[in-house]
Amino acid sequence: MDFFKENICTHNNFHPYGCSRQTQVRSMDIIEEGKGELLAWRDPDDARRWVRENKPRSLDDKRMDIKDAVSKFVHDGDYLAMGGFGHVRVSMAAIYEMIRQGKKGIIMSGKTAVHDIDVLVGAGCISKVEVAYCFGHELRGLSPASRRAVETGRVKVAAEISNAGFQWRYKAAAMGLPFMPTRVMAGTDTFKHSSAKVVKDPFSGKPIVLLPACYPDIVFVHVHRCDKFGNCQVDGTLIEDFELARAARRLVVTTEEIVDEKVIRKEPWRTCIPFFLVDAVVKVPYGSHPGNMPNIYYSDEEHMAEWLSLSKTDEGLKQYFDKYVYGVDDFKGYLKLVGGKKKMQYLKRLEHLKVKLKAPWRDR
Amino acid sequence: MAMTDEKKQGPNYSTIELMACAASRLLEDKRSVFVGTGLPIIAAMLAQKNHAPGLLIVFEAGGIGPKIPTLPISVGDSRTFYKGVMANSMDYVMSTGQMGYIDYGFLGAAQIDIHGNINTTVIGPHDHPKTRLPGSGGANDVGSLAWRTIVIMQQDTRKFVPKLDFLTTPGYLTGPGAREAAGLPEGTGPYRVITQLGIMGFDDATKCMKVLSTHPGVTVDQVKQATGFELLVSDNVQTTGAPTDKELKILRKQVDPAGLILGRK
Repeated sequence: MDFFKENICTHNNFHPYGCSRQTQVRSMDIIEEGKGELLAWRDPDDARRWVRENKPRSLDDKRMDIKDAVSKFVHDGDYLAMGGFGHVRVSMAAIYEMIRQGKKGIIMSGKTAVHDIDVLVGAGCISKVEVAYCFGHELRGLSPASRRAVETGRVKVAAEISNAGFQWRYKAAAMGLPFMPTRVMAGTDTFKHSSAKVVKDPFSGKPIVLLPACYPDIVFVHVHRCDKFGNCQVDGTLIEDFELARAARRLVVTTEEIVDEKVIRKEPWRTCIPFFLVDAVVKVPYGSHPGNMPNIYYSDEEHMAEWLSLSKTDEGLKQYFDKYVYGVDDFKGYLKLVGGKKKMQYLKRLEHLKVKLKAPWRDR
Repeated sequence: MAMTDEKKQGPNYSTIELMACAASRLLEDKRSVFVGTGLPIIAAMLAQKNHAPGLLIVFEAGGIGPKIPTLPISVGDSRTFYKGVMANSMDYVMSTGQMGYIDYGFLGAAQIDIHGNINTTVIGPHDHPKTRLPGSGGANDVGSLAWRTIVIMQQDTRKFVPKLDFLTTPGYLTGPGAREAAGLPEGTGPYRVITQLGIMGFDDATKCMKVLSTHPGVTVDQVKQATGFELLVSDNVQTTGAPTDKELKILRKQVDPAGLILGRK
């Protein structure tokens, strides 16, 4: 696609040896190009400059509330990626706050986006999606709200990709590279609708897929604990967050608990996100509700069932948001409304396999 | 009297239980399997609790080698690394897949074609979908990287189609040699397709789908009628073994006691 040639030209302006555009194009030997829209790609030198000028190097207290974090770091039209796994360790408090503040035109990374994207689409915050996994609720079935939005054209699918493909777009960014080679996606429509390219690998001579780096404008990651500077620990799987935290231009960490710096320094090998990647720290206990927070609480399937049922219609959506988002001041108010302490106790016991799962969506 | 009762009641298992059992029996002990949402997890859990206690189950979100206590709702939730050997990342799991550590990949699908290519992205045109499905998720990665991919899905002429609406995940693409020509790892591809009617494999020479086994009470003709393309038939079509009492007990009591998948009609 055009961006590639353009960027080669740009590079030539800086190139100390003035290597010609023609040589570079030939050396890449492009076999096939996906026609999906290239989103959140940046020249690696632009990305480095951004880091130099914008990311913190000193241990500053970054605590703030979710209202301030969202209004400061989320802009209409931003490319957004949520940490976690769609309904596992996902920063729902941030999602409700984006809705409450009426964010619009957000382009969302559909990296196993489940309840997170469904709610944001349902609220009208999203204009475009890059899809690895969206519009579904895994075992619960398809997502009525976001499916309806795509099928009626209210939300545009800008590109397709696979889960590993997305992950490695972040990994390329996390390494400060323009792309990551991979052997997934080759030969498929998923590739044809992606922003990747196939080239001839100069080593093996075989075709290889190049995934462009992805630098989201804003990322929220929900963690088990961190200190006030943003040094984070996560219990359980990291999913994509180890790389995503580095790929993010702006990173807001929401956390179940804020611990003393000593806790971090006692076991530094447990830190998965260091402070210099982090722009804001927000304490939100139960912040992943109704999603799962491994080792603390399981997903709230009664609430999920209510969402899946109400989100079948636009009236239902209005009812849901009026009650759970616009009808409360903050996440604490929401928690009270969804069942308060008693519900949280049940979800904790459920996480530790001490009570039976209630999943009312089973028969929908 | 007893015979009449049995006839009236039909078999003591559901089609979905039969599919889960047939799928689980394909998984050998001391091999690795990458599982997707839903029935694939059920089959892998059954295998692990039944004949393959050393089955290494991996999940895309980073769960490695768990002893899954109860059916996870998400392939990333805490059940997917319960008593596991490692809880790491998608990068870790997918990279090991790319290296060749994943023996079996286990997927569901909305559409499949004669070469085992599958669609989980969209029904109808991509720009104006009739039904928008979730997309690749990890399916393309599994179908690209696992040595043997097993697909488990419902069979009818809308799902077994001559041409997919969207080729999400590679089977044998256009036939022998096409995967390698596209850059996919050598020697990989679809291995079995399990449906409510039978078990299909792929012909070595043509990489076209072939009936290997029909489920109890199902004829080869019924399988063919439910297929929108020309299905090859093995010279020696078997009858799938019915679920054993032990398998049924494990499925109902341990794997999915809440009936999240098995309870579906």
